[in-house]
Amino acid sequence: MSEELLKVENLEVQFKSGSAITKAVNGVSFTLNRRENIGIVGESGSGKSVTATSLLRLIPSPPGKISGGAIHFDGKDLLKLSEKEMKSIRGNEISMIFQDPLTSLNPVFTVGDQIIESIKTHQKVSKKEAKKKAIEMLKLVGIPAPEKRINMYPHEFSGGMRQRVMIAIALSCNPKLLIADEPTTALDVTVQAQILDLMKRLQDEFNTAIIMITHDLGVVWELCDKVLVMYAGNVVEYGTVKEIYDQPKHPYTWGLLDSQITESVSEDQPLTTIPGSPPDLRQEITGCPFAARCAYAQDVCFTNKPKMTEVGENHYAACHFQTKENRLDRKEKTAHDRAIVTS
Amino acid sequence: MSTGQQGIVLEQTQVKTKNEHSLFRKLIRNRFAAFGLFVILLLILTAIFAPVIATYPPNKMNVTKSLLGIGVEGHILGTDNYGRDIFSRLVYGARISMLVGIGAVLFGAVVGTLLGVISGYFGGKWDSIIMRFMDGLSAFPFILLAITLMSVLGQGLVNVIIAIGVGNIPGFARVVRGQVLSVKHSEYIEVTRSLGAKHSRIIFHHVLPNSFAPLIVYATMSIAGAIISEASLSFLGLGVQPPTASWGSMLQDGKDFLVLNPHMATIPGLAILITVVGINLFGDGLRDALDPKMKA
Repeated sequence: MSEELLKVENLEVQFKSGSAITKAVNGVSFTLNRRENIGIVGESGSGKSVTATSLLRLIPSPPGKISGGAIHFDGKDLLKLSEKEMKSIRGNEISMIFQDPLTSLNPVFTVGDQIIESIKTHQKVSKKEAKKKAIEMLKLVGIPAPEKRINMYPHEFSGGMRQRVMIAIALSCNPKLLIADEPTTALDVTVQAQILDLMKRLQDEFNTAIIMITHDLGVVWELCDKVLVMYAGNVVEYGTVKEIYDQPKHPYTWGLLDSQITESVSEDQPLTTIPGSPPDLRQEITGCPFAARCAYAQDVCFTNKPKMTEVGENHYAACHFQTKENRLDRKEKTAHDRAIVTS
Repeated sequence: MSTGQQGIVLEQTQVKTKNEHSLFRKLIRNRFAAFGLFVILLLILTAIFAPVIATYPPNKMNVTKSLLGIGVEGHILGTDNYGRDIFSRLVYGARISMLVGIGAVLFGAVVGTLLGVISGYFGGKWDSIIMRFMDGLSAFPFILLAITLMSVLGQGLVNVIIAIGVGNIPGFARVVRGQVLSVKHSEYIEVTRSLGAKHSRIIFHHVLPNSFAPLIVYATMSIAGAIISEASLSFLGLGVQPPTASWGSMLQDGKDFLVLNPHMATIPGLAILITVVGINLFGDGLRDALDPKMKA
């Protein structure tokens, strides 16, 4: 077993608006070893990004607040550090890449300035050395003629190039952990593949662990070692990619898999969806958060919240009917479809 | 194919974009803005080279030659009731106008920007305290505020600048606060935070430079207002002290001779008018040129 880098225990994040409290993240736990990749998947509003930004303690506060849990990173409890100590970790030991490369760069400075800035924030180097390093980083992320490009402004770059610059900035201080918040969502498909290839290649070079937040299960199968499936602020399934790819257990994960467009989906067949919409997180959810949309739900699902249970080797799911003794059989996709139509 | 070739291509595109998007070119293409710029440059040059341009010492009285008409006996714009050369006084008056206009706006801009940034960036209780104070300040009629301050501070050029500058603070604070509020939620600010930057660095390096465009326009327009304020204060006898020539005090001197010698009042009045219109036109042009949505 390789060494543990990050351990998140029972993380809870709340947002307060007026008298209502939104529980955006509700007891998320996972571990990540050095050089390992974890994918966080789930639909919009499931708490993926909030989980990731709270690792850097960048939740806008107020209204947001990390209300419980612990984040152990490289021997430190991040929630107990001072703001100053936290600043020395951000960008240095943990870096983040954001979704939209078109707005992630400051439009009034050259890309070079922005890479140099992040280097100089954390390392005591001269401007000249920082510039040399910046050129090196640009070359590494595959930007042609970096000596010229370094003096250009973000608007002179394409979306894919800007995301490359963002990756260069994020990796410039050789972080131990890279959080990628849907890094390819805003890019077109061919560029997506290039960026993923780049991230994979640079991971080998920099020995970085990656948290990959995505809607795209394909990205997870391709890049990650572990998966965390989130729904309405809760983890519903967690395990190794191999386990979950071969034997997904939670009905929500099944739903996500069925919603994918694969070769087996024929042209005239309507696309499968999960009926309904996620619950309102401002209200207390007594049972399983997915119960209202679950084709397998029974009475107990609406009254008791299921606990995370081991369902396989390094594989956990939060479902009343998926335990060591109890096994729920996945219905055929067509049967599931019919269930949707009749319900 | 080689990197060298690529470099050349890059360089060419760079030059092209620079020419096309040059702020100055955009400004000049707008005739009104060009006129405004001309007026401002003329005024600045006049202020700087006043001793060279003026044909007489501005405060030299000659009662035997009082109230001469335009062009009489070598006095380009005639003389006032004390026999002082109006053209020379006008030229020296430009110094006061420019000094007060730019000085007061600079004062208001620096203090107002600082307050606006603190208010917008940190928000919460600081925001409430600062902005309510600004509301109070701007509830005062501008000229009343300036008069009050002048009577507290006493006369003098520096005090005029401070008095008018204070009246300019709330406007700047509001403009900057609004800009900061919109810029601070930009993704690139979040990126900067995720890279471990300090608040001061984020504010001065990332938030402020992205808030500058409306600030520059607002400052330009404010200069015109400050010039009028100075003229008003001098007209009321609270501005710069006589015999120092100021357009406002010249207007004040001239008002007693409106029937007998109308040019004594109309000439400084016209100077104020042209200056203010020029600055406003320039400000308008600047706003259009700086607005990325307005494509020339």
